Amino acid sequence: MRNKSVPMALSAVLLMLTLAGCGNSNGNNNAGKEENAQGQTTTNTGTNQTGTSSTAEPVKLTLWTFVEQHQKFYESMAEMWNQKHPEEPIELEATTIPYDDMHTKLLLALQSGSGAPDLADVEQSKFPNFVKGKPQLVELNDIIEPELPNIVKSRVDIYSSDDKYYGIDFHVGATVMYYNKEILDQAGVNPDDIKLWSDVEKYGKQVLEKTGKPFITFEGNGNWSWWPAISQRNSDQVDQDGNPTVDAQVNIDTMNFFQKLVQEKIAAVAPGVGHDTEEYKGFMNNGGAASVFMPFWFMGRFTDEMPDLKGKMIIRPMPAWEEGGFRSAGMGGTATTITNQSKHIDLAKKFTAFAKLSKEGNIEIWKQLGFDPIRTEVWSDPAMKEANKFTAYFGDDIFDTLLEVKDEINPVNIREISPKVFDVVRNDAIPQIFQQMKDPSTVLKESQEKLVQQK
Amino acid sequence: MPTVVTDSTKNKLAGRRRSKLNMQIVAPYLFVMPFILSFIVFFSYPLIQAMLMSFQEVLPGETRYIGFDNYKKLWNEDFFQALYNNTRYTFWTVVVLIPLPMALAVFLNSKLLAGRNFFRSTLFIPALTSVVVAGIIFRLMFGELDNSLMNSILHLVGIPSQKWLQSSSLSMLALIILATWRWVGINMLYYLSALQNIPKDMYESASLDGAGPIRSFFSITLPQLKPITIYVTTISIYGGYAMFTESYMLWGGKASPQGIGLTLVGYIYQQGFEYFDLGFGAAIGITLLGITLVVSMLQLLASGMFKKEA
Repeated sequence: MRNKSVPMALSAVLLMLTLAGCGNSNGNNNAGKEENAQGQTTTNTGTNQTGTSSTAEPVKLTLWTFVEQHQKFYESMAEMWNQKHPEEPIELEATTIPYDDMHTKLLLALQSGSGAPDLADVEQSKFPNFVKGKPQLVELNDIIEPELPNIVKSRVDIYSSDDKYYGIDFHVGATVMYYNKEILDQAGVNPDDIKLWSDVEKYGKQVLEKTGKPFITFEGNGNWSWWPAISQRNSDQVDQDGNPTVDAQVNIDTMNFFQKLVQEKIAAVAPGVGHDTEEYKGFMNNGGAASVFMPFWFMGRFTDEMPDLKGKMIIRPMPAWEEGGFRSAGMGGTATTITNQSKHIDLAKKFTAFAKLSKEGNIEIWKQLGFDPIRTEVWSDPAMKEANKFTAYFGDDIFDTLLEVKDEINPVNIREISPKVFDVVRNDAIPQIFQQMKDPSTVLKESQEKLVQQK
Repeated sequence: MPTVVTDSTKNKLAGRRRSKLNMQIVAPYLFVMPFILSFIVFFSYPLIQAMLMSFQEVLPGETRYIGFDNYKKLWNEDFFQALYNNTRYTFWTVVVLIPLPMALAVFLNSKLLAGRNFFRSTLFIPALTSVVVAGIIFRLMFGELDNSLMNSILHLVGIPSQKWLQSSSLSMLALIILATWRWVGINMLYYLSALQNIPKDMYESASLDGAGPIRSFFSITLPQLKPITIYVTTISIYGGYAMFTESYMLWGGKASPQGIGLTLVGYIYQQGFEYFDLGFGAAIGITLLGITLVVSMLQLLASGMFKKEA
């Protein structure tokens, strides 16, 4: 076995990361020098100001992401940028690094002051770590504020601290119901009749009796079931000021209802205890349950990993908790951020605005990534009805559903304590409630107490 | 004039002698220099830095000393759960990974066993795989669906499917099986080399005195293997307390339900990187160093490692 003592090993890793980072920052410096040299040559040889632009040499921007599709998206946006702005071309060097690795590397690079890329993707639940101490990310207010009327504001609020915006999300992450039409037809249930959560219980029983299958599934070690449900009811796990509110009465009520559904076998705990697991996707692909509610981005999991359900799945709004109640919740997300180590902050900002805030950028986000873009005007754009793998799978009325729930999405609070809250809820509370069938009120109160103590 | 010449030659000779002497003093340091340098850069410096960090709140641009606050925070149930998990894991790995490889080595050392080179290599191959890959495969083997490998085996003997990675004792079993599969070959190799160093004439004279194979195993083999057993136990204890990748991979990089797979290094990772509390992470690391030192010292004392050879 390894006989290294652990702190040594970890610190060695830290150090190596820093060293690796140094190499990277040298790259940035070189890029900077090239640009300066270029600047001189253009002024020397250029006959007029505009004439020089066509010969401009590209500026190198580095970018880290943890999703390969994101990398492809950024690269295509850089190409598009270069066509539209030949006067300041970009040479985008994007790298995909595994999720945990990337965030850790980025944190350490920002902490040590060297080695960070110009641009980086930061996932929502990791974001609080990046505004601890003195934020090392660049404030984006000047590009975001002019666009605020056109975008879903909560999707940039998540990545803000002290009224400063640090990131722009890819998508709204609107949570929707994915119904397996085949199973519903067998049971004689019309999905459009399911308007309230109480209908889920009513029609769920019918599905269970007719087909022997559970109507819906919940995550047994995850947050994508309870969180959207409480967000619908204008509640959250953390309040605006960053205090945990895990045991709020409405949260307990929601959990009681969900636990009851599990006990009645109308709901099943997802195999693999989460919706984004191999086990669960296999289970659903074989027609394991009649429905699931997940954010919009889960569509890609269906098209890529549950191919047998093609043409059988439809997308509808979530059931509301009472008449006129909200029928969706914005969940998950990843922001594009700019680090303060960038030598080309202005250009990085322009490119980010082009890729993430502009109309063409938002249409590409749907076309390439299958996300619900944050710029709402594009939702009714004809481009959204164009055939692609998502419309082939779910039908072409996807955005009709989204437009219906457009104004029914509460913002979520992501604060410094959030990573701890997520862990306690996911790994401690939810397994006790859904697997050991303990009383939700007791469990959630215990979790709350634990979080308050740790604070 | 001649005297001057002799003087200068004398001086030259003395100079040569001196530089030779210098070389003799400098050369050893020169040879160990690469090791010393890499030790200072990659081990001493990080260790000292980690100690300093354990007394700090480390935040970008706002690092400050906070005394023993990080160590005070250690008194919480997560830390004790991680310590308990590690201790349990270490205990079971020592219980399994000492006698089993020893027995296998004795069998594979016997000339009577056919195909022993084949068995030696097959038992060793798992040690060459990456823990990450092995962890992913084991996660699927211990899946909770009816058609996962372990559940199909259970069905053969009429036991219903289990949720392996949701239960504290079953997941510990999975970890021990993973550790056994992976480390049995290495420990066996240590024992094999030790067995081959036991002089044959000891067995010969024992058999002349009428000792059977069992008697000679307990009276000759076991005592002769003692130094290697001490070594293997020591590295097993280190390994047990330093375990991270196995549990990290078994739960697919996510935290395990109710911390059943939380280890001390996992706790460092969670606090240091996931919650970005590097100071607290360093404090856990230093504490872990202390714990492994104490446990190993106790074990070495108990096995008589520090007693003078009789």
